[in-house]
Amino acid sequence: MSKKVNLTINGFPVEIETGKTILEAADSQGITIPTLCYHKDLCVAGNCRVCIVEVTGQKRLSAACATPCEEGMEILTNSLKVRNSRKHIIELLLTEHNADCTKCYRNGNCELQTLASEYKIMTQDFIELVPLKKYSIDAYSPSIMKDDSKCIRCQRCVRTCAELQGVNALTVAHKGDEMKITTFLEKHMRDVVCTNCGQCINHCPTGALVEKNYIEEVWEAIANPKKHVVVQTAPAVRVGLGEELGLPPGTRVTGKMVAALKRLGFDSVLDTDFTADLTIMEEGTELLTRLKKALVDKDETVDLPMATSCSPGWIKYIEHMYPEYLGNLSTCKSPQQMFGALAKTYYAKARNIEPDNIVSVSIMPCTAKKFEAWRPEMHDSGYRDVDYVLTTRELAILIKQAGLDFEKIEPVKYDRLMGDSTGAGVIFGATGGVMEAALRTVYEIVTGREVPFDNLDITPVRGMEGVREASIKIENPVEDWAFLDGVELKCAVAHGLVNAKTVMESVKSGKADYHFIEFMACPGGCLGGGGQPIPTNPEIRKKRAEAIYAEDSSLTIRKSHENPEVLKLYKDFLKEPLGEVSHHLLHTKYTKRQRY
Amino acid sequence: MQGVVERESFLSEHSMVEIAREIEIPAADVYGTATFYSFLETKPTGKFIIRVCKTITCAMKGKTQVLFAIQDMLKIKMGDTTPDKRFTLLETNCLGWCHKAPAMLVNDDVYTELTPEKVRDILTKYMDKNGNFHN
Repeated sequence: MSKKVNLTINGFPVEIETGKTILEAADSQGITIPTLCYHKDLCVAGNCRVCIVEVTGQKRLSAACATPCEEGMEILTNSLKVRNSRKHIIELLLTEHNADCTKCYRNGNCELQTLASEYKIMTQDFIELVPLKKYSIDAYSPSIMKDDSKCIRCQRCVRTCAELQGVNALTVAHKGDEMKITTFLEKHMRDVVCTNCGQCINHCPTGALVEKNYIEEVWEAIANPKKHVVVQTAPAVRVGLGEELGLPPGTRVTGKMVAALKRLGFDSVLDTDFTADLTIMEEGTELLTRLKKALVDKDETVDLPMATSCSPGWIKYIEHMYPEYLGNLSTCKSPQQMFGALAKTYYAKARNIEPDNIVSVSIMPCTAKKFEAWRPEMHDSGYRDVDYVLTTRELAILIKQAGLDFEKIEPVKYDRLMGDSTGAGVIFGATGGVMEAALRTVYEIVTGREVPFDNLDITPVRGMEGVREASIKIENPVEDWAFLDGVELKCAVAHGLVNAKTVMESVKSGKADYHFIEFMACPGGCLGGGGQPIPTNPEIRKKRAEAIYAEDSSLTIRKSHENPEVLKLYKDFLKEPLGEVSHHLLHTKYTKRQRY
Repeated sequence: MQGVVERESFLSEHSMVEIAREIEIPAADVYGTATFYSFLETKPTGKFIIRVCKTITCAMKGKTQVLFAIQDMLKIKMGDTTPDKRFTLLETNCLGWCHKAPAMLVNDDVYTELTPEKVRDILTKYMDKNGNFHN
C-alpha cells in the first residue's frame, strides 16, 4: 500500500497518497481550484498560475497543479490573498487576450471566459495590450484555424502535439512579451507536418485553435430546393453528441441524432457505419490477399504488416514521418470517403438523382476528415465525393440554431440505402474496433466459424492501453484458405500518434512480426477525436467507449459480412470485394510528404 | 547553431532542417530555439549587424535618439537590411553595459555611451572601410 500524508485544506484535515498534488488533494475534497494550463491528458506545465494557493509558512503562493502534498501542509485555496492574486492573474491574461467574446467561435465553451465570469472581472486595472500586438490569424488549413489574438500561451496545444501525438507541428517561439505558439518558420498550418488531427483544438482552453467550420455552407445547401442533401454520421458521433446538448458523457443518442438531422432538413440521413462494414469487406479481403501472396506465392515484395487506413490523421502522419512504408497501408479509403464515392454513384443511380444535385455532408468526430474530403484524389465519383465535413460540435450548433429540444426528441431509425449497419461498424469508433470488426469477419471467412471469443467480444484488442497486441490461431480453415492452417495471425492496435510511432519504430527495426495493425490518430480512437465535444479527458473517453460497446451489443447483426445492405451492394453494383468497381471507387493512393 | 550563424550569418530553412535531422528533433523546435536567442538570426542579414540594446537603462539614457540617428542615416527601419546588404538593424536584450548606456554592438564590437553624433561617426567608419558610402 502506498504511503499517505496528512495535511489540511482550508482548515479541514485531508489524508492523501504521497505524490499527489495539492490540486488532486483539493479535488478529492470536492474543492475545485481553477486551472488553465493544466489538463489531465498532459504533463504539468504550471505556467498560467491561476491555480495558485497559499501554503501557510511559505512567502510565495504555490501553483496547486505543480506542488506535491507534504506532511503537515496547511493549504488555503480561497484566502483573500489567493483570491486577489488570482483575480490579478486573470486580469493580466485578459490584457493580452482578444476578449471579443460575442464574436468568438468558442463563446459559451471557453475556460478563460468561464473564469472571468466566475471572478467577475468587470473593471480594467491594467493596460489593454491587444491593440499593440501584431497578432496573426491562420485560416488556410481546411481543418484548423489558429488565431494568436486569443492565445493565452498555456502551451496545452504544444504539449498535446508533442506528448499525445509525437508530431511537434507546434512550438514555442520568441520570448518575453513576443513569445508565441507557432510552427516551423511560422508557416501556415497546412504547410507543415500538422496531421489535422485537431487534438490541439480539443485541448485549447480558449478560441485560439478552432475547427474550420462549414455551418453556413450546409445551411445553404439544405435551403436550396434543387439540392438533395445526404448526411452520413460516423460511429463515434452518437456517443459524443449528447455531451454538447446537456446529456452526461457516455449517453447513446443514435436515434435522437437521426431524428434531429431529419428535422434540420437533410433529405436522407444515412450511416457511415454502413461503409465501415464495407471497409471491413474490402480491407479484410485485401489482408487475406496479401497473406496469400506472401505465404502461398512466396512473393517477397508483399508489404506486411498491413496497416489500416481509416484515420486521416494517421494517414497524414505516415505520409510525413514514414513515407517509405506507404505500401503497407491498406489501399482502402476511409468509410467517410467510401460513402462519399458511393453517394454520388450507387445511391444517385438507385434513387434516380443527378449526382450533380447531390450535396454530400458528413458528421465526423474529426477535423482531419475535413482535410481528407478536400484531398485531390477524393473525386472518384466524378464530383467531390464529400462536400462538407462537420464535427460533432458543429452538428450540435446546427441543432441548437434550429431550436430543437434534443432531450424531448423521439428517436427514429436511419433512412434506407446505405443506412444499415452492424455492431462491427459501430465499434470503428473506439480504438481496437476496426481490428475487432476485421477479425470477426476474416476469421469467419477463413474458417467458416465465428471468432473463438465469448459473445464475439474480442477483449484483448479493447481497452485504453496505448499499444495492444493480440493473436488468433487459425485451425481447420475451409478449403479455399487451407494454406492458413496453423497460422497465428498477429495483430497490434495503436491509438494516439505517439503510440503509432512506437509501433512503427518496432516495425522499422524488424522486431515486430505483426500481420495486421490498426492505427488511430487520436487517443481512444475516434471517440476521442479532435472534433468531439470539449472537454475530452481520460474519464470521458472511457465512458464514450463503454457506450460504443453497449451499442454494439444492442444490435442483432454484429458482423460486417452479414450486413444485408452491404451484401445487396455487392450483388447489384460492386460485384465482389477488390473488384473493378471497388478498385475505382473505394481504393486510393497516398502521397509522400516531407518530415521537416 | 552558433557555428552555422558564425559561418553563414543566419540560420536558413535548409540549415534548420539539417540540424533537426542530424540531432533528431522536430524542425519546429529548432526554430523555437533559434528565435529565443537574440543572436541567432533566422532571416538573411547584412554584413554588419547593428544590435541596439532595448532594455530600460539604455532607453533612459537616450537610446531612442541614437536609434533615430541610425535609421535616418541608413534609411532603414528596425529589423531591416540596407539594399546593399551592408547593414542590418536589430534590437537586442541587455548587453550588460548599463553603466555606460546607451550601448550597441556592430557584429562583435561593442560601442557605449552613444550619442547621435558618436553613432554617425562609428557607422561612417564601417562604411569607409568598405567604400561604397554614398549619402
